[in-house]
Order: sequence, then C-alpha cells, then structure tokens
Amino acid sequence: MATKAARLLSKLDGLFAVYKPPGVHWKLVRDQVETNLLTAVNAFPPPAPQYQVQFQLLSSGETSTSSDLTLTATKLPVLADHPLVTGPQYHKIRVGVGHRLDAFSSGVLVLGLGKGNNALDSLYRSHVTRDYTLEGEFGMATNDFTHTGRVIEKSTYGHVTQEKLERVLAMVQGANQKALITYSRVDLHSQEAYELAVKGMLRPQDKSPPIITGLRCLSFKPPYFKLEVQCVNETQWYLRKMLHELGLELRTTAVCTKVRRTRDGPFNMEDALLHNRWTADDIIPAVKYFRRTTRKIRKNDSYKQAVTQLDSTTEAQDQSRTNSCHLEAQEKDGSNNISAEMSADSKQWS
Amino acid sequence: MYVCRRCVCVLRSPALLWGKAQPSVTPGLAGRAAGAPDLYFMSTTSYSHSSASPAHQIFCQSFREWWTSCGVRFFSEQQPVSQTGTRSLPQTSEGNITAAAEELDRHLEASGGAVSVPVGQRIIDLDALPYQSPFEEISEEDAIQIIVPPNLPPASFTLRDYVDKSETLRNLVQLGVDLSKLEERRNVGSMLVRLDFQADVAPRLFFLKDLGVEDSHLGPLFTKNPFILTESLENMQARVSYLKSKKFSSESVAAMVIKAPYLLNFSVKRLDNRLAFFQERIGLSAHKTRDVVTRLPRLLCGSLEPIKENLKVFELEFGFRMTEIQHIVTRVPKVLTASKKKLTHVFDFIHNTMGVPHSLIVKFPQVLNSNCLRMKERHLFLEFLGRAHYDPAHPNYISLERLVTVPDDIFCTEVALASFEDFERFQKTL
Repeated sequence: MATKAARLLSKLDGLFAVYKPPGVHWKLVRDQVETNLLTAVNAFPPPAPQYQVQFQLLSSGETSTSSDLTLTATKLPVLADHPLVTGPQYHKIRVGVGHRLDAFSSGVLVLGLGKGNNALDSLYRSHVTRDYTLEGEFGMATNDFTHTGRVIEKSTYGHVTQEKLERVLAMVQGANQKALITYSRVDLHSQEAYELAVKGMLRPQDKSPPIITGLRCLSFKPPYFKLEVQCVNETQWYLRKMLHELGLELRTTAVCTKVRRTRDGPFNMEDALLHNRWTADDIIPAVKYFRRTTRKIRKNDSYKQAVTQLDSTTEAQDQSRTNSCHLEAQEKDGSNNISAEMSADSKQWS
Repeated sequence: MYVCRRCVCVLRSPALLWGKAQPSVTPGLAGRAAGAPDLYFMSTTSYSHSSASPAHQIFCQSFREWWTSCGVRFFSEQQPVSQTGTRSLPQTSEGNITAAAEELDRHLEASGGAVSVPVGQRIIDLDALPYQSPFEEISEEDAIQIIVPPNLPPASFTLRDYVDKSETLRNLVQLGVDLSKLEERRNVGSMLVRLDFQADVAPRLFFLKDLGVEDSHLGPLFTKNPFILTESLENMQARVSYLKSKKFSSESVAAMVIKAPYLLNFSVKRLDNRLAFFQERIGLSAHKTRDVVTRLPRLLCGSLEPIKENLKVFELEFGFRMTEIQHIVTRVPKVLTASKKKLTHVFDFIHNTMGVPHSLIVKFPQVLNSNCLRMKERHLFLEFLGRAHYDPAHPNYISLERLVTVPDDIFCTEVALASFEDFERFQKTL
C-alpha cells in the first residue's frame, strides 16, 4: 500500500531541464531543487504511529474512593513514532546534474531525478551537440576572458569589420571540421562519410577535445558582437578562450560578456524551468514532457547495449551512428539548422 | 548523538522511569544499578519472586544473601531437610509443586540463611524445585508488584529508544521540542536523558513563563537552545534584571529571548559590552539602541568582529556618512550581520549599474537587504522596457521599495506594465 508521499516520489523519475540564472553555482541550483522536492514530499502527514499496551496507575472510576490507584491496561501511541521524534520521513532525493554550467554562464541545465540519473550517463555518452549564444566586446583583454575580470590589455577595434570577423569565423570552423572528421573515425574517401557530412551528422565517437560544429555571427555592432555556436564536448571556459583568440586573430582584443546555453542535446530553452518554477508542481509535468526523450536517450546508448547484450563492437558502432543520426534529426526540428551549413565549402553561406 | 552508558544507567534509575511509581521497590533498583551492573543483565526469572522479600533487605544484604532470600539455593550451603520436609516431598512428586515451594520458602525464612549441618546429614534433593516456576499461578497483588526492567539499550545514537520511558523527554515532546534536530547535535542527547524533569526542567519552565514567554514558543526555544536547561537560574535571573535595569520592558525582554534563544546564556559583562558598542561606535541614542536590539536581539549574541567589518565597509568602501549609517541601521538592523560579499555585490549593482545615488539608498535601505538576483532581473527588464528611472524627479520614476518588495505578478502588471509571460521570456535571455 503506497503512501501519498511514495506515489509522489514515483512520479519524480526522469530527466528535465532547468534554466540556470547567471552568477549562480550549479550546485546551488541542484540543492535548491532537491530542497523544494523534499519539502513537497515531507508535506504529507506521517504514517500512523504504532500502538503499545501500557500498564498505568490510573484512578479507578468504579470504586467509591477516587484516590484508589489501580493498574489499568491502556493502548497508547508509541512516542518514538511522533513526528517531532522521528523527524522528516525523507532526507534525500537523488538529483543529478548533466553537462555542467559554470557560475558565469546561464542557460539550459539538464537535471536527473531518481532513476533518471542513469539516463544522464547515456546522455553523456551520446555526445550530443550544444547550442550557445556568446556575447563579446572588443577592445579589452582580461585574465579570465570575461568583462568582470582583471583588465590586462586594452586596444583599438576601429579596424574590425563584419567581413573580417566572418572570415576569421570561417577559418575557425574549417579547423574544427578537420578535427571533427578525425575524431568521428570515418574514412574520408568512403560513401558513408560523404553522406554523413552532407547531412551534417558527423559526430566524434569517443572522448575528444572540444569541437565546434557550427559557428556564425548573429549581430555586429562594434564593439559588441554576438555569436551562435554549436559544439561538442565543450566547456564554457573554452568558449570564452575561443572568443579571446578571435579577438587576437582580428589584431585586437575581445572579452566575453555573456555565455548562454540555448540547447543541450534534445533539451531546448523553451521547455526549461525558470527559478520561480523549481517546485514539485512544475517539475512533475516537465519530467512527464521529457519522458519520451529520456526513453530515446536510454535506447540509443550503444555502450550500455554492448555491455548488456555482448554484441560485437563494429555492429554496435554502426548501430550507434545511425541511432545518433536519428537523435540529431530530432534535435534539428526546433533549433536553427546551422549544421546544414556545415558543408565542405564554408564560404557558401554568409 | 551517542547516549552514553552512564547516562542510560541514570535513566534506568527509578526516579526517571515513567509510570512505575512503586516506592517499595525503588531503593532496590537503585542499589542494583549502582552496585552490581552485571547482576542486572543476568537476572531474568528471579524477579518474579522478589516480592517475597522486603525491599529494604535487598539493599543491605550481600550478593549471596539476596539471592538466597529469593529462594535460590547454593550447593555450598545445604539446608537441613526436616522430617516435615521429607514427608512433604514425596507428596510433591505427585504434583503439588506450589505447596512444596512454599514449604521450602518458609523453611528458608525460618532458617534465616546458612545453617551449618554435619557433613553426613546433608541431603541434596535434586528433584525439589528451589524456586518458583514461571508457569506457576500467582495472586493479583503479586502480579502487580512484578518489576519488569525497561528494555533500554545501554547506548544509542537516537533518542527514539528512550523517549517512551523518560519523563523528561516525554514532556519535552509534549511542549513541542524537536528531538530529531537535537539528537543530531553532539552531547545534547546525553544531556537531555540525564535531566530530571522536576528538579531541572520545571523550574526553568516557570522562570520562562514568569518572563512572559508563551507556551507555544517554548518548544522552538528549547529546540534552538537546549542549554537553557543547564544554565543556572541565578545567572539567568541576574541577566534579566540587568536588561530590565537598562530600561528594557518585560515584553521586549520576552520577545528578545524568543527571537534569540541563546541570549540568556551570555554573561552580563558580554551583554553590557555589546550594548556599549552599539551606543559608542555607531552613535545611537539609548532609546534607539533599545529599539534596534529588541528587533534584532541576535546582535547581542554573535561576535562583534563581522559587525565592525561591515561598518568599516559602509564607511570606507561605500562612502556613507555616520549619520546615514545610523539611519540605515535603525531602519534595517540586518545589514550589520549581512555577509560582506553579498553586501558589496548588491551595493555595487545598485550604485554603479542602476545609478542610484547615496541619498536615495539611505531613503530606501531595504534594497541593501534584498535578493540580488531578483533585483538584477527586474532592473534589466525595466531597462529593456525603458522604464528604469529611480530618481524621484523623473516623471515616471519607480520607487526602489516597490522594485524589491512587491511580488512578481504585481511587479509585472503595475510596475513594469507588461505581462508575466514577457517577463519570463526576458528572464530566459539573461
């Protein structure tokens, strides 16, 4: 017989996305979500206390002398089951974090609840791409590549034009594409490689350094500019460093003013929960919404399949490539289709 | 929390046992617990017939005598089985065990302990039961007087094992004290188990009631500060009289004790030092100091070093004058105990990003106490809408107080004049 609290807990199993505000450590986000869920689960009345027969010296009402004390058997609730003595029923809910965001950045952060934490591993292994919006400012260089750091250098940026910027972006993208082909372990002269490249489905199969699969300039109003980046295996520090190097390539200096993750694999920004909605009432529908996605992530985890079914490694790899292609097709539905521009000739789009 | 063995022994002593008001047996138990702990754990069946011997004998008698009086025979002391006894024994073999046992008991009491008998005449009757069988039927009066020792573990990590048996713990739970929180603290559990309700807890309850603390506040008070129960009453009385001598009314003293439960644990010298600091360093008048301290009594409890640092930050880093600081402290005393880092973040944002001058901050000091993230989001939204004017001289200015205190939906509709969905969409672009 499940209590109401247990029934609520059973609904808290799966993955969902949260919008992390800037300036907040990811651990605080995770702790806040866990605290809110625990208050919701502990809000239910505690289970009924056990009863114990106790012999007490009570005044017997039947006899005439009221001062007569006799031992009477009474059934009383055991005090050890009192909520003030036992404390809250639940002390912990397993909340896991997907690909982390550092304190300076904001954006989509995937959290896993209960059994959904296993899907976090699968999500990591599936090497999904992530969309970022980077905002930068020319003319300054700091020690931690952000506008809040200690200024090291200042320079002029009058000579920078949009065309120069886009040329540098194209160069960066070309270099990254070469890395992508290397790490995706396809034979460059095969038909399969060509088809994947045309569709934009090349992905690194194992651990790789950060690779930028898509890069374009959204706005350019000197000294401020905005970039949209699509990348794999990245860290936010790497992206800020890339922005700094972009400035150096343009013979000026640049700092990053904002890093915002708009998509993490199949989790979009539109469905991410803002900090005023981190309660059980809003998290349960979010988990339900992402249930299908979570199931697909688990199904596509080729490593797990290989481990459980003991298939041959090549078969698993082929399966994973086709499956990850299907997964990427899902991702592309909502977001901007930058990877379509990821053709061999990068000068075609502008 | 680890409740030590000694404390449990004290708990097991009858003065603290719940529901077993049987004075005739108590000295015996106490004697046993203090003197012979090994005996305590060995005894199982012998309790049932302790009723036969008066309790005061137990206390004085030695180990062997006590067991003998219970009817346990030792093979080293052989009782003479008289003619009456031998004649009764064949009868017992037929089945009347009770009669034989009673016969033996009478024998033992009559003989009064070890009686020397010549070696040749010692007969050991192995069939006779030297003690009462547990299945034997006894009278109601005997049944009532059976003492069942409480099955308490000698040491435990939780108070759940002792709360049913301890009068103190039971009454604390009824008052509303959260024992689950207290048992997490080191040594507090042992201390509570050792307390005697009538001697320790009750006088302090009366003291707090006389002070003016209501019953509903007693539970949370003891949960936060269980050490009131071990603080001496004279000291607490002296502190209360000191506060009253400083012209704190009795209601304000009660309110201060409720808000800062550790207040009465601090010495008069310390309280005096604190009050002097607030008057001299900040320059508040006596009346204003009383008001500030009544509203935030934990100023008197914590260390003065963070307060001194915060004051330095206000003077040097923020650039407030002393009069302005006095006004801010009188309005929002919490800024004195706020974290230095958070305070600097908030002030930096308000002064440099929002462009609010010092004079306006002094007029609305609660902005220094508000949540920085919330304020940032709201200010950036207003800036995006072009409504971020805080100077009262501006026609459509927004008061700082409304910016930080008003809840989200009212902020969107009345202050920002936009929909809540727009605000949420904007928050996702930050």
